[in-house]
Amino acid sequence: MDNTLSNTALTEPHGPRPKRLISTRNIVLYGFLIVAALYWLLPLYVMIITSLKGLPEIRMGNVFSPPVEITFAPWAKAWDSACTGLYCEGLKVGFWNSVKILIPSTIISITIASVNGYALSFWRFKGSEIFFTILLFGAFIPYQVMLYPLVIILRELHLFSSLGGVVLIHTIFGMPILTLLFRNYFASVPEELFKAARVDGAGFWRIFLQIMLPMSLPIFVVAIILQVTGIWNDFLFGIIYAGTHNFPMTVQLNNIVNSTQGVKEYNVNMAATLLTGLLPLIVYFISGKLFVRGIAAGAVKG
Amino acid sequence: MKLNRKLIVSAIAAATASLGGLASSANATELEVTHWWTSGGEAAAVKVFADAFNAGGDTWKDGAIAGSGGTARPVIISRIIGGDPMGATQLNHGRQAEELVEEGLMLDLTELAEKEGWKDLVRPSSLLDACTLDGKVYCVPVNIHSFQWMWTSLDAYKKAGVDAPADWNEFVASAPKLREAGITPLAVGAQTWQTNGMFGVIRMGLGGIDLFRKTDVERDPEAIRGETMASIFKAFGEARSLDDENNSIQNWNDATSQVINGTHGAQIMGDWAQGEFQVAGQTAGVEYDCLPGLGIAPALDTGGDAFYFPVQDDPEKTAAQLRMASMMISKPVQVDFNLKKGSLPVRGDVDLAAANECMKKGLEILKDPANIVPGGDQLFSQDTLGQLEDLLAEFWTNPDMTPEDAHDAWATLYEEAD
Amino acid sequence: MSNNLTNQQAPASEATGRQRRHPLLRNLSAKIAAIPMVLVTLVGFVGCSVWSIVYSFTSSKSLPRETFVGLKQYDRLFDSSRWQASVENVAIYGVCSLVFSLGVGFLLAVAMDQKIRFENTFRTIFLYPFALSFIVTGLVWQWLLNGDFGIAQVIRDIGFTNFEFNILSDREYSIYAIVIAGLWQGTGFVMALMLAGLRGIDQDIWKAARVDGIPAWRTYLFIVIPMMKPVFITTLVIIASGIVKVFDLVVALTDGGPGVSSELPAKYVYDWMFGRGNLGQALAASTVMLSTVLIILIPWAYLEYSQKKDATHG
Repeated sequence: MDNTLSNTALTEPHGPRPKRLISTRNIVLYGFLIVAALYWLLPLYVMIITSLKGLPEIRMGNVFSPPVEITFAPWAKAWDSACTGLYCEGLKVGFWNSVKILIPSTIISITIASVNGYALSFWRFKGSEIFFTILLFGAFIPYQVMLYPLVIILRELHLFSSLGGVVLIHTIFGMPILTLLFRNYFASVPEELFKAARVDGAGFWRIFLQIMLPMSLPIFVVAIILQVTGIWNDFLFGIIYAGTHNFPMTVQLNNIVNSTQGVKEYNVNMAATLLTGLLPLIVYFISGKLFVRGIAAGAVKG
Repeated sequence: MKLNRKLIVSAIAAATASLGGLASSANATELEVTHWWTSGGEAAAVKVFADAFNAGGDTWKDGAIAGSGGTARPVIISRIIGGDPMGATQLNHGRQAEELVEEGLMLDLTELAEKEGWKDLVRPSSLLDACTLDGKVYCVPVNIHSFQWMWTSLDAYKKAGVDAPADWNEFVASAPKLREAGITPLAVGAQTWQTNGMFGVIRMGLGGIDLFRKTDVERDPEAIRGETMASIFKAFGEARSLDDENNSIQNWNDATSQVINGTHGAQIMGDWAQGEFQVAGQTAGVEYDCLPGLGIAPALDTGGDAFYFPVQDDPEKTAAQLRMASMMISKPVQVDFNLKKGSLPVRGDVDLAAANECMKKGLEILKDPANIVPGGDQLFSQDTLGQLEDLLAEFWTNPDMTPEDAHDAWATLYEEAD
Repeated sequence: MSNNLTNQQAPASEATGRQRRHPLLRNLSAKIAAIPMVLVTLVGFVGCSVWSIVYSFTSSKSLPRETFVGLKQYDRLFDSSRWQASVENVAIYGVCSLVFSLGVGFLLAVAMDQKIRFENTFRTIFLYPFALSFIVTGLVWQWLLNGDFGIAQVIRDIGFTNFEFNILSDREYSIYAIVIAGLWQGTGFVMALMLAGLRGIDQDIWKAARVDGIPAWRTYLFIVIPMMKPVFITTLVIIASGIVKVFDLVVALTDGGPGVSSELPAKYVYDWMFGRGNLGQALAASTVMLSTVLIILIPWAYLEYSQKKDATHG
């Protein structure tokens, strides 16, 4: 059970071949799938239509009825002027904070993990497997165990509650799964290729940069998808380590939704929720199969 | 109220101008201020601080964290521990910051306090005591907050055709009538601190101030496990049937909105609820009414908000912190801030002609020192308070928990409290 | 896959001229490149865990102090009714998540594997919530399950005027609201893993089964599922370790309420660590969480490891 599994994952269905289009079997089959699809689509549908309604309509109508009068005001407000405390600047601050956290975290964590994976595949040294095993366990350690000591470590590094601090945290917690991903990928690279390069006198970095990197573009895309969605969706690390001025979008969303001044504006809240989910959703819809392969490769490991 | 506003604004300008004189030698400095005041009335009150601070040439960088102190405190405290202290932060004074002060993480304000004579200004003196550790002052009390209020919707009672209650017993008696009219008697937000606070108010109302002193200040074991406490737990247990079974409200101000809209009869909540009625344009005695001490035993527990100033490396920031501390306790700011917030000023020497009916009731009670007890934040550690909150929230939401069991668990927590 | 990599100390270049180096310096670039990993494992994962375990035996309040009090924090933890409720809830959440996400996930995967039309569309629909943050998921379901506005109101509008469905404010059922939201987010992922597992199964198995006239359901139950054991185990471990970590979802959906009826261990740790200033208590709770994870993980790691050994030598 290795990554050949994830590579063949989406090729051929293996079930018995269907015979006629309308049969009891097909009715049951598609019925099941459609009912399931409705359950999964319902929340998205409700979110979208609620965010396009005015407040009076929300109070009157039911959550499933489409808006009588479409308004984009809730979206504008969620992005631009929803309030927490004195500041009524909406989600845009959080959006840019998230971007600022996302870009360096993704680049640094993937760089380090790809080198790790490469070293673990081709340049094992004494103890490297032990570190790798511990690292794998690290993927399962409850974050709560590490929260406080990491506060102390970041304080000593003068990184607490700064962009650098939260980037470091994302790098640490992203390392296990990414290293695994790259190690498995490089393991599938033919050994002869590596040996030939060695005979030519190429060293650690040259082989990595000139041979391995160009041929591992797909796995980098997978890693980027994993990290972008993971880091964007993070809440816990953002609220503890980023500091109030760097609060990512998820924290800001929770802030906006939980501070009501007067009436609870469900439409604005829904628009804010959709805005926060937009980036990972776009990444997901664009990447499609790669996303599936990414999570399958990351999770179903060798 | 409207007329006075102008006066107040100009007074603030004057005061900050004089502060500005003090500050003019230093450069304008930006200070980040964290707090959890995000409801309508609270935000209006924070703006008073911010405007006054900015008027002095400095910059107030607002760091509001939504979702009550329970959400905000972890963020605030982890930042101070983590070595990235903000310029100033709200905390409930008392024991929340005790350890951080001991560790030398908070700015010593003693010099400023002595110069401005806070000792003589601040009333009741227990407020300043709560800011003091080993004879040194570490925080500025900005208001007196008391949980000991019940807010009733006069509209709701009109609709139900019953007289508005004058005390808790009448309220309980009127509950079935409200139900008949489709009105839920009691509005309660689901956050645990609200249930705990409500219990404190019912305890004070039904048990009286002496019992409160015995249990909370002296921790008299006989009083804690006594008959009166048992009967209070029974009454609280019965009150469980008064709220909305399907309550899906978290925030206290959402519950206050229910009272404002007249869909619910009453809410037991601290005086900060008043700011919400004000923002909604309602007047005490017309649309709503307030009953201190459940209308039975008027008393005020003087919890309150205070601002702490974490130690900064930059001497200019330290100077700005002192300017902010001085601003917060200055006369005009105290008046305007507290009118907006619905709380009472910490200074005894301010003119509160603009105060509304409810605040006047509060001021009246405050005059007699016998009516004043320390607030929970001063008496217990956050650790103990947290456990009490969990227990009372469980009791409130779990109809199967008997008053006897709750009483026993509560007494055990009191006995083990540090 | 690991056996082709075992002897890559790469002595090849050692012979190409340079002098013999000290053993510690051999393979130096790789060792330098591995420094971040070594630091993260030693200081991060091992160091931090050990630190937390040690300080769970102290009476530390807001700040860590070396005031050891033995098992006192653990006594209090296990006596605390909120912790008991948290453990009970995580058990309910865990069992429901495992049963339903594995069950439904597998059924969906089987359905998807029947050469259906619009496979990509269906997969997209089932999987998109997985791209969302728990905070987003929590807020959406809070809205849908709201007893005044949400699904309940719709059913009342249809004509069932007395319909009451308000699990968010019902202490008996509030944890199931978290289950529903969690399943919505995670089941598609399980489906994707299961589908990958199904597609990894040899076509010939199906041919053979059909030749023997074994009905499809029996083939799945008695042949395919046993063959997919490794996929099931891996999925199980992933779901299980996710269950212990659930935090954001509760914060956004119920905030632990009503009362303490939907509290979970991760939130207990967070509350006491910073807000309620009893670090020792928080760390005791986190140590218990860590032990639970290790109890799940070690047998699995052992199984995986011994299987690999068998594969290598067999």
